[in-house]
Amino acid sequence: MSDTHAQTVPYVRETMLPQQEPPSSQVGAVKWMRENLFNGAISTVLTLLSLAAILFFGYELLPWLANSVWNASSLSECRQILDGATGACWAVIRVNWLQLMFGFYPPELYWRPILAFVMLAVAVAPVLFPSAPRQLLGFSVVYPFIAVWLLWGGPIWGVTVAAMGFVLGYVALRALTSRGLLIQTIAAVAVALIWWLFLAGPVADVLSSALPLAIEPVPSREFGGFMISVVIGVAGIALSLPLGILFALGRQSTMPIIKWISVTFIEFIRGVPLITLLFTASLLLNYFLPPGTNFDLILRVIIMVTLFATAYMAEVIRGGLAALPRGQYEAADALGLDYWKAQRLIIMPQALKISIPGIVNTFIGLFKDTTLVVFIGILDPIGRASAIRATSDWQGVYWELFIFIGAVFWVFCFGMSRYSMHLERRLKTDHR
Amino acid sequence: MKKSVFLGTLATAALVAGYASATTLEDVQARGSLNCGVSTGVNGFSAPDANGVWQGFDVAVCRAVAAAVLGDPMAVNFVPTTGQTRFTALASGEIDILARNTTWTFSRDTDLGFTFVGVNYYDGQGFMVNRELGVSSATELDGATVCIQTGTTTELNLADYFRINNMSYEPVPIETNAEAQQQYLAGACDVYTTDASGLAATRASFEAPGDHVILPEIISKEPLGPLVRQGDDQWADIARWTLNALIAAEELGVTSSNLEQMAAGTNNPEINRLLGGEGDLGAMIGLDAQWAMHAIAAGGNYGEIFAATIGEATPIGLARGLNAQWTQGGLLYTPPFR
Repeated sequence: MSDTHAQTVPYVRETMLPQQEPPSSQVGAVKWMRENLFNGAISTVLTLLSLAAILFFGYELLPWLANSVWNASSLSECRQILDGATGACWAVIRVNWLQLMFGFYPPELYWRPILAFVMLAVAVAPVLFPSAPRQLLGFSVVYPFIAVWLLWGGPIWGVTVAAMGFVLGYVALRALTSRGLLIQTIAAVAVALIWWLFLAGPVADVLSSALPLAIEPVPSREFGGFMISVVIGVAGIALSLPLGILFALGRQSTMPIIKWISVTFIEFIRGVPLITLLFTASLLLNYFLPPGTNFDLILRVIIMVTLFATAYMAEVIRGGLAALPRGQYEAADALGLDYWKAQRLIIMPQALKISIPGIVNTFIGLFKDTTLVVFIGILDPIGRASAIRATSDWQGVYWELFIFIGAVFWVFCFGMSRYSMHLERRLKTDHR
Repeated sequence: MKKSVFLGTLATAALVAGYASATTLEDVQARGSLNCGVSTGVNGFSAPDANGVWQGFDVAVCRAVAAAVLGDPMAVNFVPTTGQTRFTALASGEIDILARNTTWTFSRDTDLGFTFVGVNYYDGQGFMVNRELGVSSATELDGATVCIQTGTTTELNLADYFRINNMSYEPVPIETNAEAQQQYLAGACDVYTTDASGLAATRASFEAPGDHVILPEIISKEPLGPLVRQGDDQWADIARWTLNALIAAEELGVTSSNLEQMAAGTNNPEINRLLGGEGDLGAMIGLDAQWAMHAIAAGGNYGEIFAATIGEATPIGLARGLNAQWTQGGLLYTPPFR
């Protein structure tokens, strides 16, 4: 401090004032509430209404949840335990837990679907996460055959000869490299088809009699519960993406027949409700096929669900293709890449990245649509829940079962949704 | 793409393996199990228990037929069918017999090409109301709101009944029995109408069953019975006479507890014929002599099955009513075993 102003001003403050507390209305919870909850008349009214709603549901639901009964063998026993109070009877889930998970699958064989689902996690890891070891991709390729064998059982040779078809097709593809792509493809498909249609059956029989390596077969009708949802959902998801890509490309093709087939397929399937396709699968096919034919119902359902999802997937991917600037196609041409190389290296990586939200959207929709199979008499979780409610012990239970089923579906769908967001962030290469 | 081809192969393999055109009996015997269509769940009639084993009144018919044909009541593949899929499943051969509380009607028997082999439960449509309404007869229901399952015969019966009695009603359409319970308990409708057996089963599940009354009027005939495809008379005979054997066993006093003793021989020739001690009734329908004995051993006679699944000792608590033997004032009357 100097004396400079000593004559001109009578008093000069020599120390800084300590900082004052901000006014109480501008700080902490009060400020946050003023800004976010009571910011104007409309906001205040909405806040009060929301609070009232939350309190109401809390008041109604909390006693119900707090009084949950977990140990009872029937609804009437639940009611006895509750003794007039309202309360959730979660015992219905506890008692029927295995039924809701596996349906009628033989209890002593539960290890097979469990093992199949554990292996599923291993098989999808290299596809979903780049940090997983690449060698696992080989396992991902053979996994579908292992899963089919584990779930349905029977001799191992059935799936082995089915897999052999692919190997033979691939061998044909390699052997004819010099003949051009068209002949290669036709030959590969022809070899595989001939194998499957005429040779696979007898070869499997011979192998089975020579070396009977079999596990107990489980017919499709014993599948049920969440197991069937996951089986149909995973198969549909795994098949609809590649098929959807093919149909999306087919629709953009310059070859008229391929284009027409793709357009017809997509527009026909998209124009028909899924439930119609399921009824076709379960009812009409029975009339078309020769009497006595035993065409596996779950297989029919998987095919129909896949076709349905494929049509949607094709349009989602077409959207991604349409969003690519024309320059990308021209750049691929300028580099001298042929059609498939251009698609694989330049077009598809970008188009698929753009389509991720739409693709996952279709996946989630497909997974939830699997509950529609209840209308053709397959006891999926919803169907199994109805069957549980049809027993004398549990007739009258309603919310607990549906809340449980909804929660399980939510976990699956939320997981898919979070993964897709993670994937979008990981693949983000632009600088917008 | 690749996997779909693979699945297609499986399908083709299944197709090729599936060709067979023997009689239903030969098919069932070759397969070693009976494919029986049941409902996806109707309390007391067919529903899987907590261990996944099917139980119920309709299920017992399947087990009896399996026991008669194969000697093993557990050799049954139960195929759950919905109201929409049941007839196709039977017509296409996916199931051998349908025991799914199905009403025997003219058009189903003739036009749809099925053969009803008998009636295992005489049902009829009834009404349930809250006791507080103070209604004691269906004729007092003028102007009521009625919960009714859409697309069923009950819907048509209801319209007929109210028109005949010159009353009006307001329908509340619902899809399933479970939904109906919720709607009715929530007060969305004054009256719930469906088959009387269903009403009893539904009321049994309420928290306070005594607050609800089932009105005495039964407004329709609903004879429920198992059915088979038309055109295989031998198979229809087997199913028909298996059901008759259960009914006859009750009439003749053959129960699961005295079955062994009766089979050793009695002084009643009809019992002896039924249980295979005299005559060769089994051979006439292509089965062994003990076919009826196996069928009765599966779950007891008709009365025992009724008591164990839907009778008065069960939570459903149905009285025999029309389903008593003709000697007891009911409608059960089997042709003689001769």
